[in-house]
Amino acid sequence: MKTIFQDSAKGRAGVWPKEPRGNTEADIPAHLLRSDPPRLPELSEIDVVRHFTRLSRLNYSVDSNFYPLGSCTMKYNPKFTEAVAAQPGFTSVHPLIPQLKGAGNMTQGALEVLYETEQLLGEITGMSAFTLQPMAGAHGELTGVMLMAAYHNDKGNKKTKIIVPDSAHGTNPASAAIAGYDVVSIASKDGMIDPDELEKVLDDEVAGLMMTCPNTLGLFECGLERIVKLIHGVDGLLYYDGANLNAIMGKMRVGDVGFDIVHLNLHKTFATPHGGGGPGSGPVGVSQRLVDYLPISRVVKLEDGQYFLDYDYPKSIGYIAPFYGNFGVILKAYAYILRLGREGIVRASENAVLAANYLRKRIEKHLEVPYDRICMHEFVASAARQAEKGVRALDIAKALLDKGHYAPTIYFPLIVKECLMFEPTETESKETLDGFVDDLIEILGRVESDAASIQNAPVTMPVQRLDEVRAARNMELVDDAGL
Amino acid sequence: MPFIPHTPDEQREMLATIGVDSIEALFEDIPKKFRAAELNLPEGLSEMEVRQKLEKTAAKNHTDLTSFLGAGFYDHYIPSAVDALCSRGEFYTAYTPYQAEASQGMLQAIFEYQTAVARLLDLQYANASLYDGGTALYEAIMMAVRHTKRSRIVISESLNPIYRVMLDSYTTNLKLDLVTVPHKDCHTDMEAMLAALNGDTAAVIVQNPNFFGTIQDFTALFDKARELGIVSIISTYPIMQAILKTPGRMGADIAVAEGQSLGLPLSFGGPYLGIMACNKQLIRQMPGRIAGRTVDKTGQTGFVLTLQAREQHIRREKATSNICSNQALCALRALMYMSLLGPKGLKKTAQTGIERAHYAANRLERLPGVRVINQPFGNEFTVRLPVRAYEVIDKLLDHKFVPGFPLGRYYEGMDNHLLVACTEKTTKQCIGIMAELIGGAL
Repeated sequence: MKTIFQDSAKGRAGVWPKEPRGNTEADIPAHLLRSDPPRLPELSEIDVVRHFTRLSRLNYSVDSNFYPLGSCTMKYNPKFTEAVAAQPGFTSVHPLIPQLKGAGNMTQGALEVLYETEQLLGEITGMSAFTLQPMAGAHGELTGVMLMAAYHNDKGNKKTKIIVPDSAHGTNPASAAIAGYDVVSIASKDGMIDPDELEKVLDDEVAGLMMTCPNTLGLFECGLERIVKLIHGVDGLLYYDGANLNAIMGKMRVGDVGFDIVHLNLHKTFATPHGGGGPGSGPVGVSQRLVDYLPISRVVKLEDGQYFLDYDYPKSIGYIAPFYGNFGVILKAYAYILRLGREGIVRASENAVLAANYLRKRIEKHLEVPYDRICMHEFVASAARQAEKGVRALDIAKALLDKGHYAPTIYFPLIVKECLMFEPTETESKETLDGFVDDLIEILGRVESDAASIQNAPVTMPVQRLDEVRAARNMELVDDAGL
Repeated sequence: MPFIPHTPDEQREMLATIGVDSIEALFEDIPKKFRAAELNLPEGLSEMEVRQKLEKTAAKNHTDLTSFLGAGFYDHYIPSAVDALCSRGEFYTAYTPYQAEASQGMLQAIFEYQTAVARLLDLQYANASLYDGGTALYEAIMMAVRHTKRSRIVISESLNPIYRVMLDSYTTNLKLDLVTVPHKDCHTDMEAMLAALNGDTAAVIVQNPNFFGTIQDFTALFDKARELGIVSIISTYPIMQAILKTPGRMGADIAVAEGQSLGLPLSFGGPYLGIMACNKQLIRQMPGRIAGRTVDKTGQTGFVLTLQAREQHIRREKATSNICSNQALCALRALMYMSLLGPKGLKKTAQTGIERAHYAANRLERLPGVRVINQPFGNEFTVRLPVRAYEVIDKLLDHKFVPGFPLGRYYEGMDNHLLVACTEKTTKQCIGIMAELIGGAL
């Protein structure tokens, strides 16, 4: 499909704002102005509309396809939350209004949303307080590690290292490193953190441990209790990566277990859409001993029921976002939690785990499932057996696209060979899961008889397999049409 | 059950397949002592009830204000087609385009967005987005530090103070030396900036138009920076870039911006859009996703995420950044906005804001003791009032007018200074009333 720049014709435009009446040239000296107009697209409105409508049709999405992408919790994004977030009473509010003296009463609705969402997330996770400012999961991780640093600095602890299991998301070690810590990786044993291994690397310089539970293999960490004791034993802090919270809501609260910091992914667990890569929202909850270090501002509720922004926290790590986080995303998650309520939240996790185990059980006859036990909300399979015949996890993923399904996550976690990671979520029907398995079986049935048809997949998509090496080498990252 | 399709019969069938007799049995790995009691959450509401409740909540926000607040975040008109197109589920319910063949729509859109941003800012490359203008600035600093292996950062005080406090937070535990050069009557002090550069400096950061609204040319500063091997970083306002001398032409190495003005609602602070563009030498230091054009097996053109060796899912602790989710849908909105307006529409939008701001400045200067401080300016300017800005704002709030932002909040000794912004949505009639109200408040 042509790019929007290739479709442009000089002199056209989609939207025609009124002609300005002033004289810009008189207001701003010529040497401060640009010499040529930017070569932006020039199309009529209908052609812009057609261009993006056509582009949208080239995407798989939750609204159009089963999307079992492990670790990403691609559940249905309810439409009413979009309607809630689109209300002008929310979208038109300037974020600086409540920072004006005397105008604090003018954004009470927005502040109430923030405050109430913090309370609800606190109850679901058992954490003492939340900040909603982090704008994505990884941003929450960085915030969490900065909180760790503030805690240790305040106590005078000399801490230089953060421990990250080898099964962790890549964002964990990256977040720890950019916050200034050395990353110590520990090997998993039978898919779990091995507390003995942990004990070996533990010393007084350990600031904390970042873990995902259930872990990225979809398994509940059996050594959890001992791990908590070990880390707290060196005055380390326990970080919970909430990417997999959809497995345990209402079953276990991470605060009760002893975690000190948790980030959530509202765009996973709380059903806000992923937007083709974002915006997300990564609120961070902390235990009581870390509350003083949370970013400012914080939303406080007064006795008379009024909300206000409080900046008076001298130990705070400061500002990690310009304002209060991705408010529009937070609003959708708030509406979702209100809709589900006490029972619905638990039901979401129960049915997510039910669907994952059902899918695991149906798939295990056809693909090797290396950790053959009850899983949580996701599980990993291995195509190592098929790879010996020349059909790799990547090939199977591409063949699934031809069947109308998005692919599972592949080659992650790194500790399983030819890994495929499935996460069906609670919102997919049994028929959808069965249809997916039937299609997977049909593909795997061709490994012996017609491997080439899998290796060549996809053939029904807008493009076939793309040359990634060429993309990296040629670095064609911008269009040159119309220049 | 809302959003869960399984009937009780189906649940039983699924449990039978798994080989357990209850859903509870699936949670046996969680130790008894860690099991949660019943959550203390409210009862679930129907969809209708949630919407009614949140309509009431929204109504508690005052939306009938006439506002001259900007300070980096502007109320521009959003063409209807942006919302219509962005509401397509194929866009907003997709994930990051890992499977390229099933994500060509989003990938091509990112490629087009990168192109539009690079052309607007006049630099070679752009990434697929960062969280916001402030975190984009932080990432730009980290690029410069890695590139130069130096640790001193020179910052103009006329950079948005919200970003300056963010940079302070992000660099607390890093061994960086942030040097802030005071502004001079709301202008970046060019002599002092030049004097602050030295061979230990990794980056120099300025903003154009700056926080006070002043427009300046930084070519000489960036020339000097280049001589000293310093990375030049400029933060800018995308709408004004339709007419202002470009970061590229001034010789900037990295340009960042808050992209909110390009078709995103103010939405109480987010989601917004971190824009970043850079020159060729710095592309491998760039954080975040980047889409590239290539061909498939049959030679047909297609798009992929590329240069991924920079990213966390490959490099883990050695990655250029930890960013994973970005603001893709916001970038898509910005692309749609720029495509609908085109160069002409964007220019008219910028010019109308400038026209209104100059009209407002004119009206205010007629008031006794009121003086416009900066020159030249675009759609935002600073006035000094004979009284404290807070007092004036307080009085105007009673009339549902917000005349601007009180600079005393961030700048010592500027309690009487007010930052006033206009856009194409600001009417001359409202400007007239605002000027009269301020006149009455002095």
